Amino acid sequence: MAEENGEKKSTGLLDRVRQDVTDLKEVIKEKGKDEIENLKEPEKTQLFRSVFRVKHDETPRNRALSVLSNVFFHLHPAKVNRDAVKYKFTWGMGGITFYLFIVLTFTGVLLMFYYHPTKVQAFRDILYLENDVPFGKLLRNMHRWAAHLMIIAVWLHMFRVFLTGSYKRPREFNWCIGVLLMVLTLLLSFTGYLLPDDQLGFWAVTVGTNMARATPLLGTEGPFGAMLGMTPYNDVRFALLGGSIVDANALLRAYIWHCIAIPLIASIFMALHFWRVRKDGGISGPAPVMLESEIKEEKGHRPVVLRPSGVQ
Amino acid sequence: MRRRVIWGMIYGYLGINLLMFLRFFFPRALYEPNSIFNIGYPADFSLGIDQRYLMTNRVWIIREPDRIFVIFARCTHLGCTPEWKAAENKFKCPCHGSGYDSEGVNFEGPAPRPMDRAHVDMDPTGKLIVDTSRLYMDDPRAGVNQFNDPGAYLPV
Repeated sequence: MAEENGEKKSTGLLDRVRQDVTDLKEVIKEKGKDEIENLKEPEKTQLFRSVFRVKHDETPRNRALSVLSNVFFHLHPAKVNRDAVKYKFTWGMGGITFYLFIVLTFTGVLLMFYYHPTKVQAFRDILYLENDVPFGKLLRNMHRWAAHLMIIAVWLHMFRVFLTGSYKRPREFNWCIGVLLMVLTLLLSFTGYLLPDDQLGFWAVTVGTNMARATPLLGTEGPFGAMLGMTPYNDVRFALLGGSIVDANALLRAYIWHCIAIPLIASIFMALHFWRVRKDGGISGPAPVMLESEIKEEKGHRPVVLRPSGVQ
Repeated sequence: MRRRVIWGMIYGYLGINLLMFLRFFFPRALYEPNSIFNIGYPADFSLGIDQRYLMTNRVWIIREPDRIFVIFARCTHLGCTPEWKAAENKFKCPCHGSGYDSEGVNFEGPAPRPMDRAHVDMDPTGKLIVDTSRLYMDDPRAGVNQFNDPGAYLPV
């Protein structure tokens, strides 16, 4: 009886299992067919759709959205005024400066792989980079050239903004951010100068920090410094150098300012600077000049005319 | 009222954090050469400028017939270390060309005043102790001349 039952049960079970397996095979075969067909069109596979999400139809709205809703693109405006692209007007200096910043960051990070910010090693590492590391000389020189060019480009950008009146209402604050960015660029240049720990760098930092010693209130030799109890061991020069002499601490601090702190601060301000450009109405193009005689007045409604002075 | 207390606590916490952040940049222990050091006996030094402690402690020892004093080797312009040029009998700063005579008194270049002198004393055994954290200056613009103060030199 038990055997009978057992057999019946087992056969029943077995049958069901067999049926399930056959069904499963069918299902897998179908799914397999689907997947293989999909490989002919990779965009339809689940893998692709998970990484890149769905492709939309090409409508103007979708084209704008594809910029706005993209993490990399969305700081860039979806549409740019055609006049803003005129290089005769903008010189492209802001963009060139940003490009140089990217170059400097990239070459800088690569240089960091071979540089130790210690008194014992810093100078030798630069020699090693130049003479032994494959493409080290090229990398170091790229970094240095990009640094010099960035200073020049930043200055030309400032000059251009001034000449085109792009600091006027409502862009005054952006001008201030720009000046701050210029100071940060100069500081980056100065701190980087010390890193090779050569004669040029060492004495440059000596002179620079000795000038810091003359800061009013915060420096030992500045006006009112002595009154506030400033000594060579607690004034602002001490904080900059991490000591009273230009030594290992000064080198390490310059390294950290140069590679981490100032680039972070500069990135924040750059994001703000670029955002303000968009918010203030994009790259300011040549002012649309309308002669008074061309304005048609309708029932006292005065159209907005941007006069060259920027006053409305 | 309670809201004020809570906000007060938050600002207080942030304020303390700010102070901690600022204090962080001032290290306590320094790995620098001691500013107080011993340079031996007066008899060890002959007349003129002695450079044996320049590299280690940044000082020149000047021996004159009646006294001995110590010049701190920092240019009074922007702080570089000048060089003693025995052939021309002057100190010359490589950074911007300040020139000082054999007593450290400026006579050319952008230096505004003579090089400072370090405190020098004699310990009970007769050895000379120099302290470069105590400097004596001669600033004609400020009308201050400390070069003849006790401690700025030792009569020998």
